Amino acid sequence: MAISVLIWVQSKGDGAPHYQRWTRLSAQEWSALATELEAKTGIAVDYKRPGGVHLCLGEAEIEARHALMERMRVQSGNFGFDYRIVDRRELTEMLPGLGPAVSGASWTPYDGHANPLNLLHALHQGFAENSGRKRRTLPSKQHGDRGRGSTWRLPYPARRWRDRRAESRSAAGLGNAALARRFGLSAPVKPLKGQILVTERARQVLPMPITTIRQTVEGTIMLGDSQEDAGFDTSQRPAVMQTIARRAVLSFPWLRDLQIVRAWAALRVMPPDGLPIYDQSERFPGAFTANCHSGVTLAGAHANLFAPMVAAGALDPELELLSAKRFDVSAAA
Amino acid sequence: MVPAGASAAAAVLAAGFDSIRKTPVEGCERAPYCMMGVCFDCLAEIDGVANRQSCMIEVRPGMRISRQMRARMMDPKVE
Repeated sequence: MAISVLIWVQSKGDGAPHYQRWTRLSAQEWSALATELEAKTGIAVDYKRPGGVHLCLGEAEIEARHALMERMRVQSGNFGFDYRIVDRRELTEMLPGLGPAVSGASWTPYDGHANPLNLLHALHQGFAENSGRKRRTLPSKQHGDRGRGSTWRLPYPARRWRDRRAESRSAAGLGNAALARRFGLSAPVKPLKGQILVTERARQVLPMPITTIRQTVEGTIMLGDSQEDAGFDTSQRPAVMQTIARRAVLSFPWLRDLQIVRAWAALRVMPPDGLPIYDQSERFPGAFTANCHSGVTLAGAHANLFAPMVAAGALDPELELLSAKRFDVSAAA
Repeated sequence: MVPAGASAAAAVLAAGFDSIRKTPVEGCERAPYCMMGVCFDCLAEIDGVANRQSCMIEVRPGMRISRQMRARMMDPKVE
């Protein structure tokens, strides 16, 4: 199965320079992570970083995008933020068959894409080959599925976490909201639904990823970046699918000739402010939680920056701004 | 020959062909497999349209069935 997911930097962290920086650091680590995974497991994660574009339709969109990119640049401070607003004329040289409604695009060199299934496979295999051990547990059925359950059966009691002499991370996706409380942690993540349309395979035609449109190495083109607050419902809605298809065809009219062969909806793991949450339990030192909606983009940072902190037993001060303490209103007041 | 109502994929198999397409990335030979619209291994160009699932299309006299050679070609033009 072929999937392409973005390692996406250019729009992450408006108003939160520490998140912009964390995302950029992750993109920088991605190349080393991809190389290491392939060397250790033989699994290619198809990582490519040709830069990425966000297409704008009409003048209002390009003006708003320009303003966003400029805010990001100003907020980046000394760290810097290279972007370009590409006009329609130049964009026609970069991308094939643009529709008449396309007014231009923003471009940054940081963006890329990879195959997330191969990434997951490689991470699991690499973990096992390095003597890592996974303990699985599921939320109790009577409290509902999909991580809603308030009762998680832990492989061993929370107070014994430290005794296992291995630092442990809770990896329960949306279930972290319930699981984290068992460790005196807070992970107030909620589901945010996204829908995707997948076309039949075509010869390589898109040379770089676009926010809502990207082509896998096998040739399928994936459309969509919808966001719906629909609780744990993963059903598909025709109205949203129509919007995705309509915008795709306005961007690239030739897409209308391609058949849609698959479509699905899934849930992002979304913190209240969209920024990741990292903490170590004060009650149970050695227990860490990591939560984010952009698990692929941040995989580089998690593998090469966050994991060493966990191994060392303490999170770096730079991650304090990404602690769940930021949601504690009484502390902020 | 195949009976009326048979699929284009059945006709290709009955004619003795052991391959109907080449895969997009590695160019491996593939023949119709599941015959029920699931596996996409029977893709063919039928009457000029690429990437058709030949097991899901009823064969007709005069139908032109060509092999699907790797992924479909696109010809994007600026509109």
